[in-house]
Amino acid sequence: MEFGFTIAAYAVAAVLFILSLGGLSGQESAKRAVWYGIVGMAIAVVATLIGPGQGLWGASLVLIALGAGVGYQLATRVQMTQMPELVAIMHSLVGLAAVFVGFNADLMINDVAGLYEGAGQVMGAVGPDGYSAIGLPKEIYEGLSSFGQLIAKKTSVEIAILRVELVLGIWIGAVTFTGSVIAYGKLAGKVDSSAKKLPGGHVLNAGAAALSLLLAIMYMNDAGSWTLVLLAILALFIGYHLIMGIGGADMPVVVSMLNSYSGWAAAAIGFSLGNDLLIVVGALVGSSGAILSYIMCKAMNRSFISVILGGFGGPAGEQMKVEGEQIAIDVEGVATALDEADSIIIIPGYGMAVAQAQQSVSELTKRLRAKGKNVRFAIHPVAGRLPGHMNVLLAEAKVPYDIVLEMDEINEDFPDTDVAIVIGSNDIVNPAAQDDPNSPIAGMPVLECWKAKQVFVSKRGQGTGYSGIENPLFYKENTRMFYGDAKKSLDELLTRIT
Amino acid sequence: MKIGTPKEIFEGEARVAMTPDSALQLQKLGYTCVIEAGAGAAAGFSDKAYQDAGVEVVKTAAALWKAADVVAKVRPPSEAEVKRMNEGQTLISFFYPVANEALMKQAAAKGANVLAMDMVPRISRAQKMDALSSMANIAGYRAVIEAGNNFGRFFTGQITAAGKVPPAKVLVVGAGVAGLAAIGTATSLGAITYAFDVRPEVAEQVESMGAQFVYLDFAEAVQDGAATGGYAAPSSPEFREAQLAKFRELAPDMDIVITTALIPNREAPELWTPDMVAAMKPGSVIVDLAAERGGNCKLTKMDEKIVTDNGVTIIGYTDFPSRMAAQSSTLYATNIRHMMTDLTPEKDGQIVHNMEDDVIRGATVTFNKDVTFPPPPPKVAAIAAQKPKEKAKELTPEEKRAQEIAAFKQQTRNQVTLLAIGAVLLLAVGLVAPASFMQHFIVFVLSVFIGFQVIWNVAHSLHTPLMAVTNAISSIIILGALIQIGSSSILITLLAALGIFMAAINIVGGFLVTRRMLAMFQKS
Repeated sequence: MEFGFTIAAYAVAAVLFILSLGGLSGQESAKRAVWYGIVGMAIAVVATLIGPGQGLWGASLVLIALGAGVGYQLATRVQMTQMPELVAIMHSLVGLAAVFVGFNADLMINDVAGLYEGAGQVMGAVGPDGYSAIGLPKEIYEGLSSFGQLIAKKTSVEIAILRVELVLGIWIGAVTFTGSVIAYGKLAGKVDSSAKKLPGGHVLNAGAAALSLLLAIMYMNDAGSWTLVLLAILALFIGYHLIMGIGGADMPVVVSMLNSYSGWAAAAIGFSLGNDLLIVVGALVGSSGAILSYIMCKAMNRSFISVILGGFGGPAGEQMKVEGEQIAIDVEGVATALDEADSIIIIPGYGMAVAQAQQSVSELTKRLRAKGKNVRFAIHPVAGRLPGHMNVLLAEAKVPYDIVLEMDEINEDFPDTDVAIVIGSNDIVNPAAQDDPNSPIAGMPVLECWKAKQVFVSKRGQGTGYSGIENPLFYKENTRMFYGDAKKSLDELLTRIT
Repeated sequence: MKIGTPKEIFEGEARVAMTPDSALQLQKLGYTCVIEAGAGAAAGFSDKAYQDAGVEVVKTAAALWKAADVVAKVRPPSEAEVKRMNEGQTLISFFYPVANEALMKQAAAKGANVLAMDMVPRISRAQKMDALSSMANIAGYRAVIEAGNNFGRFFTGQITAAGKVPPAKVLVVGAGVAGLAAIGTATSLGAITYAFDVRPEVAEQVESMGAQFVYLDFAEAVQDGAATGGYAAPSSPEFREAQLAKFRELAPDMDIVITTALIPNREAPELWTPDMVAAMKPGSVIVDLAAERGGNCKLTKMDEKIVTDNGVTIIGYTDFPSRMAAQSSTLYATNIRHMMTDLTPEKDGQIVHNMEDDVIRGATVTFNKDVTFPPPPPKVAAIAAQKPKEKAKELTPEEKRAQEIAAFKQQTRNQVTLLAIGAVLLLAVGLVAPASFMQHFIVFVLSVFIGFQVIWNVAHSLHTPLMAVTNAISSIIILGALIQIGSSSILITLLAALGIFMAAINIVGGFLVTRRMLAMFQKS
């Protein structure tokens, strides 16, 4: 049974998916683009249901409806500050689904091999033309599900390739699964977010990977399905251990990396099922995640490898001493300065999300803008725990997106700015990245807020940031420290600014 | 403990070391304040204002010196005042220990601890108590005002019905604190302002104040202000010649010249020679802020205003801060208050004279009957040593072109290499893999390619929605499960069912949350 119209529907769906990703280049077109994605997905699912997936379509529909219900609940209840967690946990679902589908393919191969044996034939044997496989007797063939039929038509070389693909699918899927669960735990604060490794560290990971390779080779040589199970378990361990070893500040890279993995897993499964749509979408998602990881790494001036291996590299030498002292300022001082300023740039960081201060920031922005002041936001690519996290939080708080600018767009405007307000960020405004070649973050692009005439830093206390690097910004002459919980201090500030 | 401020004895001194405001702050530190009757009168602070601020007013200087544990004043103490000091008493004032060595020894013999406000080291931490800077700031401002007072024309250019008025041209020599203040004042009055300094690194500051920096065409090893604690150092004779030549060239055009050049512990350098004065237009004004040390212009008479034969007014006043007593008292009193804050770490009204502290050690000239001047060099440098700046070389158009071509070639080479490697890899795969695999493989390679092209265009601000939407569409894996669920094997059906369920969560959740996020992005 061939399903020509299904393939046609897949082509349409693939185009729609590409458009839906391409549409994300602008805020307005994105609103349309997401509908392309939804329609594409609907076409793909419906075409599969009435085509090759018609075996148990009733049950499938019920399951989809159930899943949709859960998904709806998740999506409507999630707070925007919890976005990173949601994205992470969703990746784990894709990973697990890939593992299941992969195992199914293996089971199916075994089933079909059994059928061949029952019919007194050898699976994958090549017919007299030396090219196509000798099929099963017609009545047995037609009794198979569409996936079974697909396998039954394969030659031994094709089946070998199929096995490579499903091994890849299962392995990547399993790494994605545990990795995402740990990433979720770290982001949600359920797992300690500092970098932790079991004794043995990277050697353990390398060993597990080598062992997986060995098992994969054994599996290819018909050692049996147990090798596959063991391989999956090893992959689960690698995913767990790899992400445990990466600290909380590197989470943007981790999440986008897992995003990429979930795509590659889907593509591998697509190969083993001979399904082009799966391949197309898997490749799109995989490359998207890879690019995001690359952008994040670039923004931290670190190589992808060093992020994955976890932890900062040690300082290259004596770090520059920080001179001066942190000068505190009270709420009145900030209010006066804001009152006198014409142009203001706000630099939000993860601390703003932690303190849930985005509403207060938005209110402050609104009031300052009402007074005719030029208020803008500067977003560093790695601010927050997810690429673009700050943009979403500010959008939720109703900050118009056209005053929220990227680092490259706004960095040169700081010298003409009267007041820069740093809320809950630290390393992304650290001048040591430029001045001190021995700093662990040397060379990382940073927001040059110290060039503004005055800088206010809203910060809990005098401690260093996540990375434990001293920030000379806090000691600069034009910097004033506005200590206290970001939300509380901003709310207090709002009482002085009408 | 008690802090007291006597009336300044020095003739014409209008400043006072304590204001009602600073007294309030000092009381917060746990001190009680006392002041001599009439001490603030010349600066515009009445005894009543002090009393309202909780300051005890005593009639005579003698009573004050007796009552106070800490005496804060402006000018160095006179001999009579030193005699009034008693053991353990702390005096905070300007002291100029180099000039007043005898006085210093006398104070040490008396057992009084003297903190000289002029000896506060120039480090960032001590800026808030740097009285020299706050006084220099006022002097710079006042210098322009005095100049304007003696200058017969507007500062700013105007075009009026009665004719055109050209803007005044002001030259400020020496861009220290006073110089910069003068530059700021002159530019805000509308004058065209030029400034010169031997330290070329201040050019940026000068330009930020709106003045033009006068560059010399002279190649000398650049002086680093960091080596001399932020002050200028004497320059070589050749440099001096080049500098004077430049001034000579400027002199006929300048309406107002303000000189502020001082080198620590030396006579002021002569920068404005009599022939330059002669070259200036009648009605021009010179304000010499270095008059106390002999003046940058040798015609200057200390504390006097003279008019030369060609009608140039030269002002040699040395009491600019005192001429703005209300302002300078406020700043000076705040400097003193900051000093007291550092001396009172516990805020309990008890002085802790910590000789380990760089700032306090630097300012202390007598302590426990010993003369402690000069202090050891501070542990931290005044300003970070200047990094040698590499000048970006101006490229000629040919060089630029050559660079562009090289970059283009490099790019082409990279791309061709990558393409070649990719093609070889593809071919290698094609050699082993069967055709049925290659069909899918081509789809895969093309999709990765499209993915890379499309994703680079995604706006940074939409990265989170991008992740949510890719997450939703990566659940396309549901198709695999849908195909498999119809199998006869129970295990396969079960696993496929789970797969469908999870993927469905993801699809709906992912798309919905993306919609939610995108709907929030609103244009202003």
